[in-house]
Amino acid sequence: MTDVTAPDVVALARRFIEAIPHSRALGMRLESLGEGRVVMTMPYDLRFVGDPATGVLHGGAVSALMDTASGAAVMCHPTAPTATATLDLRIDYFRPATPGQTITARAECYHVTRSVAFVRVTATDEDDTRPVAAATGAFTLDRPKGVK
Amino acid sequence: MTRAKPEPVQVIKQRRDGALKALLSGVPYIQYLDIQFDRRGDELTAILPFDEKLIGNPTLPALHGGVTAAFLEVAAIIELSWSILWEEMEAGQLDPAGIAERPLRLPKTIDFTVDYLRTGLPRDAYARARVNRSGRRYASVHVEAWQDNRARLFAQGTGHFLMPEGGE
Repeated sequence: MTDVTAPDVVALARRFIEAIPHSRALGMRLESLGEGRVVMTMPYDLRFVGDPATGVLHGGAVSALMDTASGAAVMCHPTAPTATATLDLRIDYFRPATPGQTITARAECYHVTRSVAFVRVTATDEDDTRPVAAATGAFTLDRPKGVK
Repeated sequence: MTRAKPEPVQVIKQRRDGALKALLSGVPYIQYLDIQFDRRGDELTAILPFDEKLIGNPTLPALHGGVTAAFLEVAAIIELSWSILWEEMEAGQLDPAGIAERPLRLPKTIDFTVDYLRTGLPRDAYARARVNRSGRRYASVHVEAWQDNRARLFAQGTGHFLMPEGGE
């Protein structure tokens, strides 16, 4: 992924996203963002385990990461939306995430209309050749005033 | 012919509450989000008590969309697991003393779709799930979540699940 955004913009966005209480609670970190594309990570944490027998993370925690990365991808789209909210999100789970490994979500806002943004996102653990989960979502889009 | 005396109500309640507790206490993420379940007979209501760490938009403020998704998914998967446990329990195939010891056999989520209908407000949320189809291998579960008014849903979801093996 090419990152065309100036480092200070990434730093600002990182502070903003990492200040979201739930993102901070789950230890999410913004790795890169720009042109409708975002990479975010979430470290493995025993508190977020869904199956105690295997130590695999709960799908809900992975969903939260993918939702956050998707919303951020909408916000950094070149059309510069002022606000966004999730309309729907469909998550497909491919395999259990390997216990102990960091989860990486790569989101892309691939199409926008005047009022809706469409996003796809994948989640991988440290083996990025086999995704753990993927999701597609539709997001609301608020435009800056005066822009039609 | 004499009929067997019905079990005392406390014995039944203890068995059912014990089974539910064993199901919930085994999942760290449910504990982390502090999701509770209210049981009336076989009907479950999931409760997500509000907490600052659940906020996704501090300016509104609103619940994080990921929290809503996780809450719905937990409500759906617990309802499905509970319906399996309930069948076994009612059929007398479940040893109440052994529930806590045996490993949990949870269904696995195949896919889950969340429909965000309204902003999640900074207050408690509730959810009820319905198993629409429960086969030997696959199940389909629908779940609805609300806050103040049962009729004003703030989110709903549908998920498909792979049933745990060795159920039959």
